[in-house]
Amino acid sequence: MNTMGKEKTETKFLDVSALEVQFQVPKRGGFLYQESAKLKAVDGVSFSMTRGETLGLVGESGCGKSTTGRAVLQLLRPSRGCVIFDEEPIHEFWKKKGTKWVWDQRLRDLRRRMQMIFQDPFASLNPRMTVESILAEPLRNFDVTQGVERREKIQHLLMTVGMDPRCMRRYPHEFSGGQRQRIGIARALALGPEFIVADEPISALDVSIQAQIMNLLSELRENLSLTLLFIAHDLAAIRHVSDRIAVMYLGRIVELASAQTIVDRPQHPYTQALLSAVPVPDPRQEHSRQRTVLSGEMPSPINPPAGCPFHTRCPLCEERCRREVPVMRTIETGHQVACHVVN
Amino acid sequence: METRSENVLEVCDLRTHFRTDDGLVKAVDGVSFTVKRGETLGIVGESGSGKSVTCLSAMRLVSKPPAFHPTGTIYFDNNNLLSLTEPEIQKLRGERLAMIFQDPLTSLNPYLTVARQLTEVLEVHQDARPTAARQTSIEMLERVGIPDAASRIDQHPHQFSGGMRQRVMIAMALLCGPEVLFADEPTTALDVTIQAQILELMKNLQKSIGTAVVLVTHDLGVVAGITDRVAVMYAGRIVEEGTTAEVFANPQHPYTRGLLESMPRIDTPIQKSLYAIPGLPPDLGNLPAGCPFHPRCASATNQCQNIYPETKVISSTHQATCWEIEGTK
Repeated sequence: MNTMGKEKTETKFLDVSALEVQFQVPKRGGFLYQESAKLKAVDGVSFSMTRGETLGLVGESGCGKSTTGRAVLQLLRPSRGCVIFDEEPIHEFWKKKGTKWVWDQRLRDLRRRMQMIFQDPFASLNPRMTVESILAEPLRNFDVTQGVERREKIQHLLMTVGMDPRCMRRYPHEFSGGQRQRIGIARALALGPEFIVADEPISALDVSIQAQIMNLLSELRENLSLTLLFIAHDLAAIRHVSDRIAVMYLGRIVELASAQTIVDRPQHPYTQALLSAVPVPDPRQEHSRQRTVLSGEMPSPINPPAGCPFHTRCPLCEERCRREVPVMRTIETGHQVACHVVN
Repeated sequence: METRSENVLEVCDLRTHFRTDDGLVKAVDGVSFTVKRGETLGIVGESGSGKSVTCLSAMRLVSKPPAFHPTGTIYFDNNNLLSLTEPEIQKLRGERLAMIFQDPLTSLNPYLTVARQLTEVLEVHQDARPTAARQTSIEMLERVGIPDAASRIDQHPHQFSGGMRQRVMIAMALLCGPEVLFADEPTTALDVTIQAQILELMKNLQKSIGTAVVLVTHDLGVVAGITDRVAVMYAGRIVEEGTTAEVFANPQHPYTRGLLESMPRIDTPIQKSLYAIPGLPPDLGNLPAGCPFHPRCASATNQCQNIYPETKVISSTHQATCWEIEGTK
């Protein structure tokens, strides 16, 4: 672990500014020769996190939330923008090898301090490796421990995530979805990271198991003082674990505030619609609720609309929204919205 | 026999078992329920609880092997669906019984245009002429809210978005105005704002067509909004059944209560830690003796570990299967 003894100040632990990620996608048409189009999956995302904070990143599929998570960790090279991690500009820690960009040594070393938990516990564990070798891999990569000590460390990790240490000889297919997700979490914790990106860690799990994994993440965060970027599409779940929530739409953050404020006083029309679309397990409320059902669907990021990205579905759309992209502005302390119409 | 006119579907003691490498899996093991004309029944449960296999058995879509022939009876209009011949069930399927699936991309044929897939239903079941079938199909697509239906009907499934594909599936299922529609997790693959659109659409269409819907889902929020009655399944059996209002207001089975409590909600104060049902979902090939929920149940007794509980009647429209509940047998 980092024992540099940095003073715990209220400085930004993670600072992301004007982050952009572009992909080349084949255009429709050509068979032998395909022209490529540019897809901006993330289009100018800025936010910062303090040490020990949990930020929830919510949005629908295709809004760029997972891409943001990966670009923050430099698993994808951002095409523009800065990511400052504990005062180090990690977006610069790349070097060119031939035509490809690869991590340089500084970024490799930082992997010990930042890790990721993946959505699909079936796809993210190698089916041919035992639990022991899955958990030993990060330890071996960074040459942390050896022999008996390494085995003890692995047993300890399994206990931390609530599993029986005797199961380390078994293979991933012998476990249920929730248990596999625990193994994935143990792997992310192996090197004692300070910052974790959890990309939809519960959406592939059964309802009765989701609560178990959420509670585990909250506990770990508390005990290990982790900083957590929690990506999800489920607003109801994310609000119970996050300090603040950022709502994304079509590659941009449209609203950012404390979890309480987002649910109690949402300002952006998209946040309001998203909240009203979440079903409540109470028949009386469901029948009496006034729902704003959004018409239409999210436009394609290959061909985004001019002006505000949400104007094609927005009930409050004005002339100005079709021309000008709204910028994030602070409407009260700690509450930012990107909308022309909101005061 | 008077009840049969009110009930469009009567399932009695349905059992569908599979032979697998891990032994005999009792996916559905003695399920009974009825569906009244025009009502919506929700079947809730986690993966592996047997809710999808129940629907597939009724549609006669489980493949044998690995499944054994389902036993029990499923009465639909005085016919036992399980004893019909293949041509007889094919006549009902698509016309009077329809089904929509979770993933519209894998359940639509990617090679055929939407027009071809929709008109086929009408040509097979109603001997419609091609032009008339096409016209009816376009009208149906318009009813499910597909803009510019007259030209989009000639496109292929991949040219539609997820929400639009689910609309196509719904259009296809409702073309002949079926009496029973099985909807197997119809909105699980969709985003919440699109889910809200599709649920609204299903509610409205059901009202105008009068179809009875069996809605399979794991989302209690969806159940609360759209169903009249609900059946909760665990390990291949129904553990609690009743009107949606009763089950949500007064859940009896510990599993139902656990599910309701463990759902993160948007309308409650923020909870530092959520209630979680302990333990793991059951292994269907190796179920515990007695009540299959007892290893995860806080109020389990000796009796629960040995004998499968009796079904107790809480009210004329509400029953649950648990030893710990007060109620008449």
